[in-house]
Amino acid sequence: MEDKNELLKYTIPQLLRWRVKETGTKVALREKDFGYWNNYTWGEYYEYVRKIALGLGKVGAKKGDKLALIGDNIPEMLFMAIGAQSMGAVSAGIYQTTLPDEIADLINYMEATVVFCNDQEQVDKLVEVRDRIPQVRKVIYEDPRGMRSYRSDDWYLFIEDLYEIGAAADAENPDKFDALIDQGNPEDVCHLCLTSGTTGLPKGSMMTHKNYINMGIQITKVDFLEDTDEYLSFLPFAWIGEQMNSFGVAMATGITINFPESVETSMEDLKEIGPHFMFGAPRIYETIRSQIWLKIDESYWLNRLVYEKFIKIGEKAARYSMSGEKMPLFLRFMNRLGKILVLDPLINQIGLRRLRRAYTGGAALGPELFTFYQAIGVNLKQIYGQTEIVGIAYMHRDGDVRSDTVGKPLPETECRISDEGEILSRSPSVCAGYYKMPEKTEELLEGGWLHSGDAGYIDENEHLVVIDRVSDVMHNSNNEMFSPMFLENKLKFSPYIKEAVIFGDKRDFVSTLINIDPIVVGKWAEDRGISFTTYMDLSNNPEVAELLKEAVADINERAEKDHFRIKRFAVLYKLLDMDDGELTKTGKIRRKFVMEKYKDMYEALYDESVSQKKVEAFFQYQDGQTTTVEAEMLFYTMEGIA
Amino acid sequence: MANLKIEDITLTFGGLAALSNVSMDIEPGLITSIIGPNGAGKTSLLNCISGFYHPTSGEIYYKDRKLSKASPHQVSSMGIARAFQNLELFSGMTVLDNLLLARHKNLHYNTLQAMFFFGKVSREESKNRRYVEEVIDFMELESYRKHAVGNLSYGIQKRVEVARALTLAPELLLLDEPMAGMNIEEKEDMVRFIIDIQQERDATVVLVEHDLGVVMDISDQIHVLDFGELIGSGSPEEIVKIPKVIEAYIGEE
Repeated sequence: MEDKNELLKYTIPQLLRWRVKETGTKVALREKDFGYWNNYTWGEYYEYVRKIALGLGKVGAKKGDKLALIGDNIPEMLFMAIGAQSMGAVSAGIYQTTLPDEIADLINYMEATVVFCNDQEQVDKLVEVRDRIPQVRKVIYEDPRGMRSYRSDDWYLFIEDLYEIGAAADAENPDKFDALIDQGNPEDVCHLCLTSGTTGLPKGSMMTHKNYINMGIQITKVDFLEDTDEYLSFLPFAWIGEQMNSFGVAMATGITINFPESVETSMEDLKEIGPHFMFGAPRIYETIRSQIWLKIDESYWLNRLVYEKFIKIGEKAARYSMSGEKMPLFLRFMNRLGKILVLDPLINQIGLRRLRRAYTGGAALGPELFTFYQAIGVNLKQIYGQTEIVGIAYMHRDGDVRSDTVGKPLPETECRISDEGEILSRSPSVCAGYYKMPEKTEELLEGGWLHSGDAGYIDENEHLVVIDRVSDVMHNSNNEMFSPMFLENKLKFSPYIKEAVIFGDKRDFVSTLINIDPIVVGKWAEDRGISFTTYMDLSNNPEVAELLKEAVADINERAEKDHFRIKRFAVLYKLLDMDDGELTKTGKIRRKFVMEKYKDMYEALYDESVSQKKVEAFFQYQDGQTTTVEAEMLFYTMEGIA
Repeated sequence: MANLKIEDITLTFGGLAALSNVSMDIEPGLITSIIGPNGAGKTSLLNCISGFYHPTSGEIYYKDRKLSKASPHQVSSMGIARAFQNLELFSGMTVLDNLLLARHKNLHYNTLQAMFFFGKVSREESKNRRYVEEVIDFMELESYRKHAVGNLSYGIQKRVEVARALTLAPELLLLDEPMAGMNIEEKEDMVRFIIDIQQERDATVVLVEHDLGVVMDISDQIHVLDFGELIGSGSPEEIVKIPKVIEAYIGEE
C-alpha cells in the first residue's frame, strides 16, 4: 500500500483533482432521484465544482468569503462546498431544522455573503429574516419547485443558472480554475463547523483542509477501505460526522458516497446500497434493533424459535470475538451455522450484510447493544472525538471491543490526561480554533493540546474511558473526584430504578434520590401480593425499599473506588418530569433545580440521624391547579460505609 | 388553457332535483371552490362534469366542446382528471402500480408487442415510469412507493388519490373533498400541494370542500350551492357578504 500520508500535501480541491487523474471514470457520488440511482463520476464531480467555483467568482464572491449551506444531503451540497473552497472561500453548514431567527444569528456571526438552500422550505426561512442579513448577496437554490415567484428578484439564483455562469467563465479563461486551486494551502481554513452550543449560539470551529484529510487517512490506516466501498450519507451535513466522511474519508480513499432520495427513505435506501461502513449516533442502532425485535415478534413460531436459539449462540460467540479470544470449536461451528441459517439473511434484509464496520459515537451505548450487534454479525465499535478534532480521534480496534471504553487513539493522535482529569488530545486534525472567539480558542487549545472538556482515564488495557463532562464532575469533602452521571447510569441499569439523582458535591459521602419504575416495580409488587394505591404509596413501601437496598448494595460492591459508594438514599414520591422543570428537553436531570426544589430531602439525606421526615409534596396538574399533600419520607443508610 | 362553461344544467332523479338551473364559468388557471351544505349537489355537479351523470337539461362546454353527453373516458382524454372523495384505488396494489396503471391510456402498444419487452414497449414503459416518478416526487410519496395502498394511513391514501389524478397530466383537476377526515398537519400539506398543482403544473383546480377556512384561504373564486341551486358566486371577500349565503351556509347572525 502506498504511503497515504503523501496526500497530506493537498487541499481538498487539489485532492479531488488528483482523484480525477487517478480514477476519473469511477463513480464518486450516487443520488437517488425519481426512483433511479444517478451516478456522478469523479470527473463529473470535478466539473461541477469547477463551474460552481468560477460561477461564484462571477457573482461577486471573493477569497475568504463565507458560504452557508442549509438543507438535506444532496451532491450539490458538496459541489457548492468544495466549489467555494476551490476559490479560497470558506463553507459552513447550518442544520436544516434551524429556525429563521437562529439562521439570521448564525449567518451574521459567520458573516456569510452567499447562502445555499436545497429547496423552498429553507429559502422561505431566509425571506423571513432578509432585512436582518444585509450582507448576504446571493441565495442559491437547487430545487426550483415553488420558486417561480422568486425568479424576478436577483437576490435568488437557481443553481443551473450558476452552472451556466461558471461554464461561460471557464470558456473565457480555461486556466483560471487550475490557478485558483493551486493557490490553496492545506493549512488554510476551509470550513466552519458549528459545535452544539449548550448555552447561547453555537461556536464555529475553524477546520483546515489538512484536518479533514488527515482524519480520513488515519482512520483508514486502522480500518482499511477499498475504493469500491459504498457509504450512505444520511447524517446531517452540518454535523462533523458527515463532513468527516465526505471531505475526509471519501477524498482519502476514493469510496462512493450515496445520497438517499429523502430523509424518510434513508432506511429503504440503506437496503438498496448495502454500505460497507456506517457511522451514527446510538439512537440509530437502538432503532434498528427495535425493528428487528418487532419483526421477529411478528414472525411465525419456527422463525422465532430458530432466531432465539441462534441469537444466544451468537451472543456467546460475540464475547469471544469482541475480546479477540479464541473460540471453542463447537461454538464456532454453531455460530457459523446460525449465521447461515438466520442471522445473515436477517441483516441482509436491513441492508447491513456487506457492512464491515459500524461506528457509534456522540453518546454512550449500552453494553448489551454491542453484544447484540456483534452477535448478529455487525462489527459495531465505539468511537470518540469532538468536532474540533474532526469527530474521530479514538476508536476500538477489531477484536478488542470493550463496551465501557472508547478504544485507543488513532495513529498520530496523542492522548494525555490532565491533572484535573480532563482528556487532552493532540493530532494534525485538531482545528485552528473558534471563529471570532480568541478567548474560547485559547481555552480550547491551551498549551498546544485540545481540551475536550470531558473527564476520563486510561485503563489497564490502554483504552480511554470517558466518565463525564468536567464541568459536571463533583468532588467530595476530601477533594476526591466522582461523576454523578456515571453513578446514576449504574443505578439505572437496575430495572426497578427509573431515574436517580446523585448528590455529594463537597459532602462527606455520596447519596441519592431514587425514582422507582412504576411499571416494573408495580408488577413486582402485584406478583408478591403487596397492595398499593398511588405511585407515592408504592414509593413509600418498606418492601420496595428493601428491593432498592439490594440494588444499591450491589452497585456499592462493584464500585471502582471506595468513595463512589452510595451511603444514603431516599425514594422520591413523584417521577421527575420535564413539565415540572426537573428534566431538560433531552431528558437530562437539572441537578441544581432538583436540589433546590427538594431541599428538605437533600438536607435529611445528609443528616444521618433522620430516618423519617414529613415533607410537603407539591403537585401541579396540567390545567395549572396545584395541591399540597403531606408525605412521610423514609431515609435509608447503607451498612458498612464510612 | 381550460375554460369550463356550465350552462343552465338541471339534474333530476325521478322527482328529486339534485341540481336545478345551475350556470357557472370556471376560469382557466384559477382555484375555484364549490361549497354548500350536505346534499347541496356539489358532488352531483362534479359527476356531471366528469361524465358519470348526464344532465337532464342544459349544456356543459369544455374549450367549446360539448361535454354533456360525453362518457367518463372521453372526458378524461380531454384533459380533465378527478380525485374521488371515496378513494378509488386498488388497495392490494402498491402506490407505484396504482399510478402506473392510471396511465394505461398513454401506452401505445398491443398485447403481442407487450410479450417482448424491448424496443417501443420498453421505451414507452420507461417514459411512463419517468412521468409517474415525477408525480411521486411532486406529491412527496417516495417513501411509500412500494407500499400496498391498503396499508397506508388515510391521509396518505388521499394523497395517492390526488397523485393518481395527476398522472393523467390534467389541465383541469376536479378534487372532491381532498381534505375530508384529515388531521391539521395533513390538511396543511394538502393545501400546499393544491397550490403547487395550480402554480407549478399550470392546472385549473375545481375544489369541493367542507373546510371553510381552507376554501377562503386558497380559492380565487367560490360558488355556493344550496338544495341544488346556485345561491352565490364571487371571490372569498364577496361571498361572505351575500345574505343568502350567510343564511344558508354560514348561519344567521
